[in-house]
Amino acid sequence: MGKTFKKPEALSDKHTHYCPGCTHGIIHRLVAEVIDELGVRGRTVGIAPVGCAVLAHNYFTFDFQESAHGRSPAMATGIKRVRPDLIVFTYQGDGDLASIGIGEIIHSANRGEKFTTIFVNNTVYGMTGGQMAPTTMPNQHTSTSPYGRDVKNTGMPLKMAELLSALETPAYIARETVLKPKYVVKAKKAIKKAFTYQVENKCFSFVEIVSTCPVNWGLTPLESLKWAEDNLLPYYKLGEYKIPE
Amino acid sequence: MGKVLMKGNEAIGEAAIRAGCLNYFAYPITPQSEIAEYLSRRMPEVGGMFLQGESEVAVSYMIFGATACGSRAFTTSSSPGISLMSEGISYMAAAQCPAVIVNIMRGGPGLGGILPAQADYFQATKGGGHGDYRLIVLAPASIQEAVEMVMTAFPLAEKYRNPVMILGDGMIGQMMEPVEFPDHLKTEPLNNDKWATSGMDTRKSDKNNIIKTLFLESKPLEDLNIFLKAKFDRIRREEVRYESYNTDSDYKTLIVSYGTMSRVCRTVVDNLKEEGIEVGMIRPRTLFPFPGKAIRQAAEKDTCKNVLSVEMSMGQMVEDVQLCVQGKRPVRWYGRCGGDIPTPEEIIDVIKSL
Ligand SMILES: Cc1ncc(C[n+]2csc(CCOP(=O)(O)OP(=O)(O)O)c2C)c(N)n1
Repeated sequence: MGKTFKKPEALSDKHTHYCPGCTHGIIHRLVAEVIDELGVRGRTVGIAPVGCAVLAHNYFTFDFQESAHGRSPAMATGIKRVRPDLIVFTYQGDGDLASIGIGEIIHSANRGEKFTTIFVNNTVYGMTGGQMAPTTMPNQHTSTSPYGRDVKNTGMPLKMAELLSALETPAYIARETVLKPKYVVKAKKAIKKAFTYQVENKCFSFVEIVSTCPVNWGLTPLESLKWAEDNLLPYYKLGEYKIPE
Repeated sequence: MGKVLMKGNEAIGEAAIRAGCLNYFAYPITPQSEIAEYLSRRMPEVGGMFLQGESEVAVSYMIFGATACGSRAFTTSSSPGISLMSEGISYMAAAQCPAVIVNIMRGGPGLGGILPAQADYFQATKGGGHGDYRLIVLAPASIQEAVEMVMTAFPLAEKYRNPVMILGDGMIGQMMEPVEFPDHLKTEPLNNDKWATSGMDTRKSDKNNIIKTLFLESKPLEDLNIFLKAKFDRIRREEVRYESYNTDSDYKTLIVSYGTMSRVCRTVVDNLKEEGIEVGMIRPRTLFPFPGKAIRQAAEKDTCKNVLSVEMSMGQMVEDVQLCVQGKRPVRWYGRCGGDIPTPEEIIDVIKSL
């Protein structure tokens, strides 16, 4: 009998720096599987954000660039405009994409830049110690909203998939999660579609992944999965928001 | 090709194409928007690429991405726009990306004005962005020189793997002069297979390249800075460029002046010569590396009694002049800002009063 399960070639052997229970590892693996399946490893350039995934380049076996906080979509634009043959993706957290870098992601999506964005929404600034993000839920406790997020002062959590879907420019936009195996399968499908649209030079593609941050949420990994399912999924609804004609 | 009469901004755009740079990202700002207007027409004609970014912040990362993956790319802006790009410039210096950035300076601080100025000397030569880095800074005094500097900027940036800034002012951008374009350079950037994230297939390699600027441990970060310092020291040794004017004479006053300002000072030197007063001038063509040794030697001449830094700013380069003269002669500053350029008469009065 041949091998039925193996580590993707696009994934390296390095030990992870991510915290126990963090979902970045699953999402990295899904991206690596898709890169393998599409056979594009030799022409892929990943862009690491500023956030917990700044070290993502350690875990993949293709070219990688680190960006500045929020600027990955501009960097990806720069690469794709001068090297349309490369397969480029940004991998961004919610502080990175929905706060400091919201201008860059909106304009890249609106120009229809032909790269892919994997948007990991864990509702907090993980790397800097769990501060409030634009995606933090109402009343959610974080290190800078110790009394719970007061939406009267800070507004409602940003729904990036919906916001980007409102643009007229054709795009592929989906929100999935990796909280349970059944969701992982769907997330993989969305990521594969997103990269496939890029390979076909069709449109900008964006997959938001509802994620967890057990350490900064102050919950165990298992409690985090449950908290996210109960509290995040009703607000951050899963599914495909936009498909190019 | 013979001489053509051209506006500085347009000539700068054309020079980049002739330097083999077919990728241009920019955001409009006076007094340099004609570069983007010119290249938005011209790039499609030569198979090049122009993208108007959503902000100077974004543009700086577009050229970061483009140069990191091994392509030639450049941008142009003016003072407030360069402030916004400064974060990206710091990252490009850290990642050693050979980007070329043109600053057609206007008056500041704040929104300032749209008239010519040299108020960004500190920003260009001392940092601008955070961290220990230097840009190679070229300062043209004519449109012809701006063209030549743009064309040397790309190979220079690639040789040192360091961003290069062309520091002009609104006058260089806006005026028209006859200009002769040198032949096209070879269009390929230097071999960058060792570091560029150009895709492993492109390099026919199975080793991936990583462009990074985060070093969480002290040793690798210090090592990077030591490496960069050695590079900047080599640039200081090998890339100083300046022009001496009337320094064979027995001058009493030495003027130090660059860019548009130096053209007025040249008239000052000529007019005073007719009156029988000798004045020498050193015109830095590179602001980093600064021609400190040449200025010190010129200041130490027996006949020389004082040194005058003339600037379209409230006194920035004067600090470097003072540093290199090392107290051996008194160093004064004269300048105007807001867009009014000191006249020869004003400067002559200052020299006579020294
Ligand atoms: C310009 C700038 N501002 C602030 C920071 C500090 N900083 C580093 S990571 C981060 C937040 C990242 O949060 P997020 O994007 O949600 O990603 P996560 O760490 O949760 O994966 C911040 C604010 C920085 N590095 N640069």
